[in-house]
Parts: sequence; structure tokens; C-alpha cells
Amino acid sequence: MWPQQFDYQRADSIAGALAAIGADGKFLAGGHSLLPAMKLRLSTPDQLVDISRIDALRGIANGNGSLSIGGAATHADIAASAAVGAACPALAQACGMVGDQAVRNFGTLGGNIAHADPASDPPSVLVAVGASVTIASADGERTVGAEDFFVDLFETALDDGELITSINVPDLSDHQMAYVKLPHPASRYAIVGVCVALMMDGDTCGHAHVGVGGATVKAVKCAGAEAALAGSSLDDAALSAAVAALSDDIGEWLTGDVAYPEAYRSAMAGVFLKRAISAAKG
Amino acid sequence: MSTRIFGSGIKRREDPRLITGEARYTDDIKLQGALHMAVVRSPYAHAKILSIDSSAAAGMPGVRAIFTGADIGDLAGLPTAWLIPDSDLKTPEHPALASDVARYVGDGVAIVLADSRYQAQDAADAVMVDYEELPVVVDPHEAAQAGAPQLHDDVEGNIAFRWVMGDREAADAVFEAADVVVSERILQQRLLPTAMEPRAASAQYNAATSELTLWCTTQNPHIHRFIISAVTGLPENKVRVIAPEVGGGFGSKIPCYPDEALVSWAAKKLGAPIRWAETRSENYLTTIHGRDHVQFVDMAASNDGKILGVRATVYAGMGAYLSTAAPGIPTILHGLLYVGPYTIDNVFCESIGVMTNATPTDAYRGAGRPEATFLLERMVDKVAGALDMDPVALRRQNLIPPFADGHEVATTLIYDSGDYEAAFDKALAMAGYDDFRAQQAQALQAGRYLGIGVTTYTEMCGLGPSQVAGAVGFQGGLWESATVRVTPTGKVQALIGASPHGQGSETTLAQLISSELGFPVDDIEVIHGDTTETPMGWGTYGSRTTPVTGAALAQASRKLKEKARALAAHLMEANPDDIEYADGSFSVKGSPDQAQSIQEVALMAHLAWNMPEGMDPGFEESQFYDPPNFVYPFGTHIAIVEVDPVTGSIDLQRYIAVDDCGPQINPEIVAGQIHGGVVQGVAQALCEGVIYDDSGQLLTGTMLDYCLPKADMFPNFELGETVTPSPHHPVGVKGVGETGTIASTPTVYNAVLDALAPLGVAQIDMPLTAAKVWQAIQNANGGN
Ligand SMILES: Cc1cc2nc3c(=O)[nH]c(=O)nc-3n(C[C@H](O)[C@H](O)[C@H](O)COP(=O)(O)OP(=O)(O)OC[C@H]3O[C@@H](n4cnc5c(N)ncnc54)[C@H](O)[C@@H]3O)c2cc1C
Repeated sequence: MWPQQFDYQRADSIAGALAAIGADGKFLAGGHSLLPAMKLRLSTPDQLVDISRIDALRGIANGNGSLSIGGAATHADIAASAAVGAACPALAQACGMVGDQAVRNFGTLGGNIAHADPASDPPSVLVAVGASVTIASADGERTVGAEDFFVDLFETALDDGELITSINVPDLSDHQMAYVKLPHPASRYAIVGVCVALMMDGDTCGHAHVGVGGATVKAVKCAGAEAALAGSSLDDAALSAAVAALSDDIGEWLTGDVAYPEAYRSAMAGVFLKRAISAAKG
Repeated sequence: MSTRIFGSGIKRREDPRLITGEARYTDDIKLQGALHMAVVRSPYAHAKILSIDSSAAAGMPGVRAIFTGADIGDLAGLPTAWLIPDSDLKTPEHPALASDVARYVGDGVAIVLADSRYQAQDAADAVMVDYEELPVVVDPHEAAQAGAPQLHDDVEGNIAFRWVMGDREAADAVFEAADVVVSERILQQRLLPTAMEPRAASAQYNAATSELTLWCTTQNPHIHRFIISAVTGLPENKVRVIAPEVGGGFGSKIPCYPDEALVSWAAKKLGAPIRWAETRSENYLTTIHGRDHVQFVDMAASNDGKILGVRATVYAGMGAYLSTAAPGIPTILHGLLYVGPYTIDNVFCESIGVMTNATPTDAYRGAGRPEATFLLERMVDKVAGALDMDPVALRRQNLIPPFADGHEVATTLIYDSGDYEAAFDKALAMAGYDDFRAQQAQALQAGRYLGIGVTTYTEMCGLGPSQVAGAVGFQGGLWESATVRVTPTGKVQALIGASPHGQGSETTLAQLISSELGFPVDDIEVIHGDTTETPMGWGTYGSRTTPVTGAALAQASRKLKEKARALAAHLMEANPDDIEYADGSFSVKGSPDQAQSIQEVALMAHLAWNMPEGMDPGFEESQFYDPPNFVYPFGTHIAIVEVDPVTGSIDLQRYIAVDDCGPQINPEIVAGQIHGGVVQGVAQALCEGVIYDDSGQLLTGTMLDYCLPKADMFPNFELGETVTPSPHHPVGVKGVGETGTIASTPTVYNAVLDALAPLGVAQIDMPLTAAKVWQAIQNANGGN
């Protein structure tokens, strides 16, 4: 638990952070993923640029049918935000299930998705609802869809020196949605996490958004399951079809370990899809 | 005896300093000019060390010295101190640093001493070690097979010992003739003790006086003094070992480790204080692990439910070296428990200690007894299943009837006292056992899987008579000593050789002295953990501090009381036979206004102005106490669980524990020990377990993967008690530090298997993770 030597700088602004970051530097947000990795010497940056006190990165705003969540907004702020609760309650639920209160008070959504731990909670919501990520660098700004942002295991579309300035989430206040997870008993990260957002028309599901994480190397949007649910009355046959389709959706990305093998996670993704649907329906 | 303080649940006096962070642990002790030690550890589980190049590291900032195994020739290897007899025991060399072969991931190969901990770690990372990987074996059963990779030239077939209890042929004959025999392969998985404070050691050598002081995380500073003296060659009277606050141990701080020897050696070699504290990752790699048995167990019974015999072959993983007490754990502390609270006439145990490419194992809370209680309770449930009998009825039928003073069982132990059925009945009533069976049947109709597990146990603790220790090869005594010292102003210092580290003994023992002598409990301080300040003792483990040290203190207190009585009589010019004692006051029979308080007597003893003929001055007494027998607490634990068959998740809904540890000095502290013990034992059943991969890498090397129990996994515990005093103990108490761990693992395991019985699941290796339970259900019913 003894990191290698590094320099530390605190940035006051986005521009300042972008100007300060060096070739082997890293942004420091909540530090809840980065510092453990440094202490284990799995990560050895020579410079940390602390972005956790940049006000412009911490806000949560609702406007034009979309939520804009600052790159350094904490899980606790998001979980407690009325705006998030209204526009995308599943995201508030997911952020509220991250670690414990201390972790949520420090950990940030930007840090969480930049780190791209496959067992993280928020990414399944972000891919399900079609969120996007705004990224700034010395060269300017770009926006990437959540599905393209998550590339592979601990791998994202971020380049060195790029800063997540905001996460943009569509306003789905007319949907019924939920995020449910099977927590790993040791870490309480997700063995499986499933987000479902349903557009209901009476008893019929107009369309559905489905995202899965934990069981997969990265959060996966499940088009097959979405199609199986769309137009159905969410009856048993539709649910079974959706579970079967989900298994194909995530098959390519499935992951597991000795304690929780792929077969188990794949089966649980189906179980938690059904549980998410029933939670979403309320 | 005054009963007011004895039996009162006063708050633990240790807690304010622990809770506010004011306690001073080993690593809080800053030593002027200290160098920091980092250990270069093998990343391979088995590898030849071809060469070590420390030239680059030696030139790094702050680095003062680097030593390898070749440099420490004058530091002897770590000894094994439990040499079990008649077992063909081999004790392979355990050098403080491996120089030819590294035998587990974490085996030390070099040390770096530097000005700061950071610099030491930087340089340790820069020490270049050239390894040649060797084949690896981590499973103890596999390691004992022909053709397995060999760890030590002098341990043929990796078999360090083969300990046999009972007569194999006689046992086999009983099994052959029995109506029913049930068998199971039981995996007692490896566990990580995970004390809150990892290990640490700091040493300072004073060349002028040739004295070494070692501060370290130990449960037994006197044993550490002895071993450090032996490995460094420093005379024992020139070694002082101090255990400052020690943040838990669960057995893992009994052994003497290479790191403690190395800081001691380096402090003398370099003439500078040396500090070392392990990281949690090092703790998981190099601090001893617990359990690690592969057991092949049979139980025989008659058709009418009489248990006839228990027979087991145990492959006990020792890891790469034999840790300090390791050979005694799966043998003496295990096999002797094979009848538990039951009348079972035939027992046989063959315990095979096997070297593996894994972290050494040693005593972990319960140490051998949980592994015995589990197999017994598991097999009793299996017999019940085979006979289609209620497991509660089967247990009741086989319980040993009540006895108050000695009962010999087939394993040759003489239990001190027991009334098993009383605790059993109480627990069953608390659980509402009969009603539960009806609810369970109803729930099943609704597709819900409820289960109940009932464990009756007794265990052997309060280690123990020194003669027995000697007979079973323990390289030490197991008595304790204590001094009760009263100052002229009537304040008490109790000096003990044992070394509590979280048990609340400073409180309990003060209550015991207070109840014996009448000093207010707040005037009594219990001092421990320093070989120079305290009298000799063998340490805190095996639930022995209250039974053994407590007895020494009770007897020392009684000596003082007699002295006080005689002095009070003299001062009041009365006949000693006419002196009455109550609550710290001595009065003359018939004239109650004439009285001397214990404090007044203590003052007069110190002043010695007016002593009776032949009485020495001062007010202090010491006592060496060697217990005549072990103590045998017992009880019944019951768990109720619900299993979600869809996910395999287990919900522990109720936990009932009725324990009998004799009279309780402090019921709150007893409850705390039971709570903690139950939590640790349940965790073994449900979630804790070391996983190594085939190359010997520890996959559960952090708390992200190694599942420690969490508060939200547990219901409120329902505790009950019965009180059966130990006949041989001055105040009748028995140990209670390990009972929770011993009883709870089979209780919860059996409850889960009871819930799964309708699904056709008969066995799952612990821990019962959701994935394993789910897989077992799939296997049992083909996923339908
Ligand atoms: C005990 C514990 C339990 C946890 N449990 C869970 C859980 O159940 N579910 C879950 O999802 N997560 C969990 N986490 C992780 C938590 O969500 C972390 O907060 C998150 O992964 C990282 O956020 P951070 O702000 O701490 O990032 P940091 O650790 O500061 O940074 C992580 C990485 O992201 C980069 N980074 C940070 N911010 C930005 C940015 N704005 N732009 C570009 N790069 C950036 C950093 O350079 C670094 O590489 C847990 C963590 C802990 C310590």
C-alpha cells in the first residue's frame, strides 16, 4: 500500500486542468478507484491533477429534454438529485447502490465511467438509456454515445489527457424504469446489474431500453431483449423470449471468474432482467 | 463472594481508547532514526532462486542496506514448537529468507532497509530476482499423492506427519457390522484470519547494554521472547518483547514469523531501530491461514438411532513451512473432539499433515475444533437423513447425560461438567422447533425453501494442564501467572503474563479481582503485554485467559484476602476466626462498628508499623496456576435460513445461540464474544474462502474478492444461557472466545442443506456462495 512517488496539483477550472495534465499524468476525482490501484502499484502515474473541486464539473442541470451531469458530480449528489430522480430514476438508483455512503460521497460518475470497471453499476443505465459523454481536451470538445464510450474491459474511448466534462442523459420521465443488481458479497460491486426503461401504453410495452453490466466485460445495450419486449404485454412468453434474446445480446461480452462463472452470470442476467421489469412496473 | 460486580455487564474499559483512535499500536511507536524494512517477496508459488541482483536497488535514494538469505547465516530458522509425538513428524527448515527455493507466493527472499517506507518499497521493487519456476501443488489431498511436486527434500511425499487416534481395526469392525454407514468428503476451506490490525514489528538494539527490545503484534510476548532469543542467539534476559495495543489476532498473532526475526536481526546488525508493518496484501499472502482440510469421514449408526462410531482421514494443508503451533491443530485440537457431546464408543482419526505451495496454516479461532465439530454435526444430520429420523430426536437420543464432575469419553478426554440437554431444550424452545417444521412444510407448498440447522456441541478450551501439554509435544507449559499488587493508597495493579488483544479481559479480570477483594472495579488496572513488566505467561489463545489467568488472579486475591484478614484481626485486637468479611470490609463478629476496610489494611501492610508476629510487610501476592484439566463449554445453536432457488442466495433469518460457559463474569462481554464468533463461523459457511489458482496465485488477495462477513448479512442474534460451573476452577468459569466459531459453521451449513433437501441437493463445498448453491440445484434437477 505504498504508491510510487508522484506530483500533485489541484485545478480550479476545466481549462486549468487541461493545461496542467502531463503525458504520464492522471486526473484525480474521488480517488476511489485510482488511489487503490496506485497503492497496489498497478497504476503508476507521475502526476495527479485533482479535478474534484472544479465547480463547473460538479453540477447537475436539467434542460432541453436532457440532464447534464458534471463529470465530477458525486454518486451521492446524483442519488439525491430531484432532477435525476425525475428524469432518470434508474441512474439515481444505480448511483445509490455504489459502495457505501463514504464511497458515494467521494466517488464520481465521471471517474466511474473513465475507470470502466466491468462490475460498475452506472454504466448499464447509461448504455440502456442512450446517454452521451462530453469530453474535452486541449484540442477542443467532442461527444461520444455511451455505447461507443465503453470499448472493452477497463477500456474506453478516452484518450490520454482527455477530460469528461459532462454526462448527458435523456429525460425519460415518461418511462417506467429500474436498475437492479446482484451484488458481489465481498465487494458489493455488481455480479450482474440490469437497467430497464419501459414506455408503457396501457398494458402494452411500446418500447423498452435494456442495459446489462457486471456479467459482461463492459456495459452492453441489449437490442435483442428490447425487441422481444417491444409491443408485448410483458407476459410470460414475452419475458422468456426477452431472457433468451438477452443471453445472445451479452454472449459475446460475457465474463466470469472462479467464484461467479460465466454460466451463473448469464443465467442471473435473465433473472435480473425479469426482476428489473417487475421493479420498473412498480 | 460479592455478586454485584461479578455478573455485571459493565462497559468494556478498553473501548474508549479503541473507539476514539487513541490506542497505541506497534506501528504508532515512532523510533528516533528508524529505518523502514520492506520485504522482497516471491511472486511464484514454487521457484528456484537462481540469482539476486540488488545493485540497482542499493543505489536508490534513502537505501541503507539490502540483505538476502545468504547474508543472514547467523539468524537461525523459525522453529516449530508443537512436536506431536508418535507421528513421524518432519520439521523442514524454515529460514527467515528463502535462499535456494521459494515455496509460496509471498515467501521472503530479501529485505531492504531505507530511510522511509516509500523508499524501501521502491527499492524492493527494483531488486532483480531471477527465478526458475517449479511445479506447484496447493491442494493438500493432491499434494499427498504419488507424483505430486515435492516441497522439501527431507519431507518425503510432502507428508510432515501422520497422527493416528484410536484403533483402526476396531473401528473398521464396528463400521462393517453397523446397520447404517454414511460417508462424505468434507472440504474445510482455507480461511484468512483478517485481524483488524495487520502484523507489525519494530526492534531496537542497545549496543551498550546488549539489550534488544521488540515491539510486535503478538498474542504471547513471552513465547516471542523465547523464540527471538533462540533464533538471534541473544540471551533471553537481554530480550524484551512488548505487545502494545494489538488489534485482534484470532490465532494469527500466536506464531513467530520471519519478519519479527528479521527486524530483530537487522536492528542489531545495523545499529539502528527497524520498523516494519505489513500491508493488507502482505497480510493475506504471508500471515497464517486457517483450516484447509480435505476430510474423508464416515459415521456408523444402528437402525434405532444409536451413533456407533466416527472415522475420518484428514489431509491437513500445512502450507509451505510448519508454522509455530501448526502440527497440533489438525491433531490434538481436532481428533480429540470427535465425540462432541454424544456418547460414541468408537472413534478413529488419521490426520496427515501435508506440505503445499501455499501460505503456512496455524491456529485460527477454534483451531481444529471447528473442523471436528463440523464433521460431527454434518454426519449426524446425514445419519438422520439415512434413518429418516428427525435430526433433533437423533441428537437427543445420543447426548451424554448430565454430569457435574468428570466424564471420560472415547477420545480419552475427561470432560469437566455438562448438562447438554438443558441447553438443547432451551434453544429448541427459543426457536420454536416444532412449529418451524410445520411452517417449513407450508412454505414449501408455496415454493419457498426454508431450512433449519441445529448443532449441539462441546469443546475443549482453557488450555490447559502443562503435563498434558508436555505429553502431546507442545514445547511449552500452559499455566499462567499473575501478581495482584496493591499500592499504599489502595489502588490495584494486576500484572498478568497473558496478552489480551481485543477480548475485554482488562474489564473481566478487574471484575473478578473486585469480586474477590472488594476493591472498586475502577481502582483495579490490569497490566499485560510486556515481558519485562509482567510475570511469565504463555499467552492469550485457546479461550484460556479467563479460565487460566482468571484462576491465577482469583487465587492470588484469596491469598491477599487471608493476609488482610490476619492483619485486620491483629489491628482490631481480635481473633482471626472472629473476623467477618463483606464487600471489602473486615469486621469483628458481634461488634459491627469495629471495621477495617481493605484499603486501610493495605495501607497498614505497607506502613508495617504494627504487624503480627511473622507477617511480612507489603500487600502483594503472586500465583502460578496450572489448571488440573481443560474446561468444556457447551451449548446448542440453531439457524433458520431461506434459500432463493432462482439465484442461490441465502437469507439467514434467525440465529439462536444457547451457550454454557459457567458463571458469566460479564454477560455483555460474553455476548460480544459469541456475536463475533458466530459471525466468523457463519462467514465460513456462507462466504469466506481462499481461492488459489493452479499456479499457486492467491485469487482472493484483497477484500474485493475475499468475502468478509458484513453486518447486513445477519439478523439480531437471540442468545440464551445455562450455567454449569466447571468443578475444578476457582470461580467455575469456562472459556467462551471460540464457541461461536465452533458451533455456527455446521449450524448454518446444515440449515441450508435442510432447505435444499426437497430439491435433491445433498452436498456443496463451503463456502455456500449463491453461484455454488445455484449450480448444485441445476445439477440436482437438471435445471428444471
Ligand atoms: C469500497 C468501494 C466500493 C465500491 N463499490 C462500487 C459499486 O458497488 N459500484 C460501482 O459502480 N462502483 C463502486 N466503487 C467505485 C466507485 O464508483 C468509484 O468512485 C469510481 O469507480 C471511481 O470514481 P472516482 O471519482 O473515485 O475516480 P478516481 O478514482 O479519482 O479516478 C478513476 C479513473 O478515472 C479517471 N478520471 C476521473 N475523473 C475523470 C474525468 N472527469 N475525466 C477523465 N478521467 C477521469 C482517473 O484519472 C482515473 O483513471 C467502489 C469503490 C470503493 C472504494
